[in-house]
This record gives sequence, C-alpha cells and structure tokens, in this order.
Amino acid sequence: MTIGKKTFTRSLWVYHLGTGSCNNCDIEILDCLTPRFDIERFGMVLVGSPRHADVLLVTGNMTLKNIPRVKRVYEQMAKPGWVVAIGTCSLDHGIFRESYVAPQKVCEILPVDVYVPGCPPKPEAIILGMAQLISKIQKQS
Amino acid sequence: MSEVIPVGPYHPLQEEPEFFRLHVEGEVVTKLEIELGYNHRGIEKLAESQTWDQVVFLVERICGICSTSHPSASVRAMEDLGHISPPERAQYIRTIICELERIHSHLLWLGLAGHFLGYNTLWMWTWKTREWVCDILEKISGNRQSYAMFKVGGVRRDIAEEDIPWIFSTLDKLKPYLDLFYGAVMDDPVLHARTKGIGVLTLEQAKAYCVVGPTARASGLEVDIRKEDPYFAYPWVKWNVCVEKEGDVFAKVMVRIRELYESVHIIEQCLREMKPGPIDAQVKELPPGEGIGRAEAPRGEVYHYIVSDGSNRPVRYKVRAPSYVNVFSNEVACVGYSLADAVLILAAVDPCYCCTERMTVIQKGVASSIQWKDLIRLSHEKTRRVQKRIGK
Amino acid sequence: MTWKEVEIEIRKKFKKRWKRWYAHSPIRVYVDIDTADLLEWGHFLIEKVSARFITASAMDTPRNEIEILYHFAFYGLPQVLSLRVCVPKEKLEIESMARILKGAEWIEREMAELFGIRFIGHPNPKRLLLPEDWPEGKYPLRRDP
Repeated sequence: MTIGKKTFTRSLWVYHLGTGSCNNCDIEILDCLTPRFDIERFGMVLVGSPRHADVLLVTGNMTLKNIPRVKRVYEQMAKPGWVVAIGTCSLDHGIFRESYVAPQKVCEILPVDVYVPGCPPKPEAIILGMAQLISKIQKQS
Repeated sequence: MSEVIPVGPYHPLQEEPEFFRLHVEGEVVTKLEIELGYNHRGIEKLAESQTWDQVVFLVERICGICSTSHPSASVRAMEDLGHISPPERAQYIRTIICELERIHSHLLWLGLAGHFLGYNTLWMWTWKTREWVCDILEKISGNRQSYAMFKVGGVRRDIAEEDIPWIFSTLDKLKPYLDLFYGAVMDDPVLHARTKGIGVLTLEQAKAYCVVGPTARASGLEVDIRKEDPYFAYPWVKWNVCVEKEGDVFAKVMVRIRELYESVHIIEQCLREMKPGPIDAQVKELPPGEGIGRAEAPRGEVYHYIVSDGSNRPVRYKVRAPSYVNVFSNEVACVGYSLADAVLILAAVDPCYCCTERMTVIQKGVASSIQWKDLIRLSHEKTRRVQKRIGK
Repeated sequence: MTWKEVEIEIRKKFKKRWKRWYAHSPIRVYVDIDTADLLEWGHFLIEKVSARFITASAMDTPRNEIEILYHFAFYGLPQVLSLRVCVPKEKLEIESMARILKGAEWIEREMAELFGIRFIGHPNPKRLLLPEDWPEGKYPLRRDP
C-alpha cells in the first residue's frame, strides 16, 4: 500500500452535506460520533469545510435549490475525494420520487462511490458503508 | 465580497439549510433576514397522489425528529373527518410513542445546546442517554427513527407484555441522568451567564408571531395542545404543562428539561394503566368532508387539514409544522444581542429546518461570509471569557 | 372565556353576516364568509376573543375559484374556527391578513407562489419556498393546465 493510501484509509475526514432531507439520516450520521458507535476510533472526523474533506456524505433528495450549492461544494473538495450517498432519498428519492422540486437524483449530479440504503440507515449500516469505502479505496490502484 | 461558503456539519439539524442574513453593527445584531426553501420537497402535492394509508408514511418523513407528531396529527385529522374512535389500548400506545419521541428530541436538543456553548461532554452524555430511548423505540416498533406505528383507527403493532418490565427498567436507568442534566444546568454560573437574558421573546411578540411549543411556553404563553385539545391518552393520565415567564434562552432550556420529567411520568402511567384489548378500529373507508388534526410535537403545534371526496386519496392535504412560526420569531429574538450569542438564540427555538447552512454577516452594508463553525467558535470563546470572569 | 361566550361575542358582533356556519363536531367549526369581511373577522378574533392564528390553506376547486381557509385556535379552548373565503380565478386577489398579523406573513407568501394568489398590501411579497428560477406563472398546487 502506498503512503497516500495508508493515510486515506486510516483517517478519512468527512464532510456532511444535506440536500433536502428529513433529517433522520443526518441525525444517524451524527450518532456515529457519539460514545456508543464512536466513529472517531477509526480515525474519521467530521470537518467544518469541504476543503478539508476526503469524503462527502450526502443525504437528501437533491432539491432544485440545492443543486448549484452541491456542485460548488464538490468542486471545493480537494481531490482525490469520494462521495457516499446515505439514505434512500439520496439513492433514488424513495417516497419523494414524484416531487416537483427533486427532478434529479444525487448520482446524476455527483459521482457516488458507495450507497447506504435505509430510511434511515442505522449507524451500524453507515459504519459498514464507510468500511466498504475504505476497501474500495484500497483496491483502487 | 459576498461569496457564501457552506458551513459545517457540527450542526446536527442539517435538515433544511436555511439561509440567514445577519445585519450587524460592530458585534451587535441589528436585523435578521431568513430565506427558506432548500428543504421544500413538495409533500402537500405528493400527498394528493397517495392513498389515505400511504399518506401517514409520507408525513412521517416530513421531519425525522418529530416523526411521530406528524402521523399523530394525520390520523387525528382522518379520525375527525370520519368521527372514528380508536380503541383504548391504541390510544395508550400512541401516547407512549409520542412521549418517547419527546424525550429523545429534547435530549438531542440539550446536547446541541451544550455543544454550542462549548460543553461537548454534555453533548456526548445526552446523546448517550438518548440511545437508550432509541432502544426502547426499536424494541416496540422495529426502527430507531421512523416508527410506522400509526394508522387510521389504531396502531400497527402492539407492545408485548414481556417487554414492559424491560421498558420500566430502561426508564429507571434514564432518571439519574435527567437529574444530572438538571443539576448541570441549575448549578453552572457560566451557563446562567450565557443564557439568562439572552434572546428574549416577550409575551406580546410571542402572541404577534403566533409561536407555539416550548418557545411559547418559555415566554409565559400556556399553549400545549395536549391540554388544550386533549387527544390520545393525555386526558387519562396526570401531568403538568411546563411554563416559564422570562422568554430567554434559559427559560427555553428549563421548559424542555422539566418536560423530560413529565414525559417519563406519562409513559410510566400509560404502561401501568394500559389494559389488554384491540389496537385497531378496522377502518375501511373515509367519508367526504374536511378534517383537522392537531398534535403537540416536541417543538410545538403540528396542524394538518385534510379534504376528502369519499375516494381513497386526499383532495387536499395541508401541513403546518411548528417551526414555521417559531423560526420566524427569531427575527425579533436575535436583535440587540451579540454575534457570539446568535448561534444559541437561533438554535433555542429548536428548529426542525436546519438552522443555518450558510450565513452572511452584513456590516455597514458590506456583506462578508462567515461560517457556522466560526459562530460556534465565537460562542465557545465567549463561554471561556465568562468562565474567567466568574473565576471557574 | 368558554366557547359559549366566544360564540355569543361573535354573533353579537357579526349578527348573521356569514354565508354558512357549520360545526363538524363540537370542536371543529367552519364559517363561510365574504372576502370583504376577512380582515374584520381576523382583527375581531385576535383582539376580542383571544384567538391565535394557526395557518391558512388554499385549495383549487373545479368551480373556477380558489378556496382559502384561515384557521384560528383559541387559547385555553379546544375549538378550531376556520374562516372560508372563495376567490374567483379571473381576479385572484384578496386583502392580505399579514397587514394586521405578523404570523400570517409567511403562509401568504407560500400561497402566492403555490397558487398564484395576489395578497394586496402584503409587506414582503417575495418567494418563500420555490427556487428563484422557478418559471413564473406555473403554480404547483393548481390543478388547471
């Protein structure tokens, strides 16, 4: 494993981006920080700016008002960077499939690497998703 | 330069990125402008294409933290429309779920307030205790957050008799922590200095903005739908409405902490008084007409208005969440206080939309960008200054 | 104040100046009134009988008019009184309740952008929920083409 890969997989810095969600997934992501799940023991830290982030955690439906903002955030993220779509809404809208303000899915705007389904996915599922991301990064040459 | 940089995720309530524009002179906020719409998902329109049964699942996902209150108002509206009375056991179960949600929501908010003040330990401890409440909900309903327990005429799942002693013991585990948080709030002079007299919403302002929930009760307005327009099992158990008079952030904290105790008390009474029986009135169809349902969410009054033409889909479904009126009251609650207090005042109404994803600070007509995490940092710095001054 | 007293006050003030008074249940009352009387009712309910404005809801109807309901709660009472006004689609405008009540500002902005209703005298008639580039003239909750 190269040094770069070692650094990435041992301490991924994540930035959370909500794009029109009901907040369930967002709370579960934050729950990962709390003592029961404690994602920080894997080296993962929630950062305050996309410029410091390696991974973008996206939740929500990608409503129209959010699209320009999301694109800007993705551009600000230093590459290499990865995107994880969390929750059914960010997969294919789920129950909001026919909404008039969410015509595009998250995967049509951003290149998603890992999908974590659930409404909301439990913190254990989110951690599994992050583990899958780490093995995906390790496999990428 | 008025480029807006999206702000950080230390804010759990990322539900809706609201855009706030703070006009400041020096350090003092003189005006607040609010822009919404980032989370508008067209739910009222979507509801018109769902059946009555499906609509309850849709409204559950309006907000994740009050995910029981919207189905409560929804089934109440349908039962009002059809003059339906659910069985007694169903009402008790509904009350238990609603109060469990209130506990988990208030603990969540308490952790958030602690984080904004700089007390990250409080954040971790409240969210740790909140996990036990989520465990109870998972035991009863199968999910930690969206419970899918409500239907017209009853509930979908029963609470098993063998689970009840475990629920009691988990609630007993919770009680010493509630005392700990109450003590932490009452005994800390720094917390008092940071929250007393800050973000005051007077009684007249509360009436003019038509605020509801703990925001109103902290300003002396006794408005609690559970007592005003009683529903479920609330009229059958003993409990008190928590009202404070000052209208500041401290009053809002006190209202929520006292409500935690009341909620535990309500749940225990319901579990004891619940008798075996049916949990579903087996409603087959709804007549044409109009229905109104109201419920007391952790944030205030949820209001649903439905119109039916006798078919199995709504003609019109109107939802009004409590944060719609409460967030608007920030317009006056923020004015005259410092930027370091802004984050606390904005969060004190417990907004169900995200409280600020982006912020612009306008100083003498020139806009400059500021990140949410900078505001939190300002708040933490103020806490440290107060700690030094008090000599803690 | 009890609900009986509230009803007496309303009847004293408005005599029978409504089109229809329907009590769906003891705690849900719907009153159909004339558009011109709306602000007078709003002012009376808030100032004289301790009502609280909850929200307003508009609905497209097949009768070529839009029905708007203004819902009022009462402090300390379980009743909800809903005032119904019907506005014809050819002239879709009505006096803004936000002129006398701060709490009505946002809901009127929302109804304006979702239905195309014009609220005369509204202090801040900007878009509330829809994106800035949403096309003019397209109202999502209207059912006509």
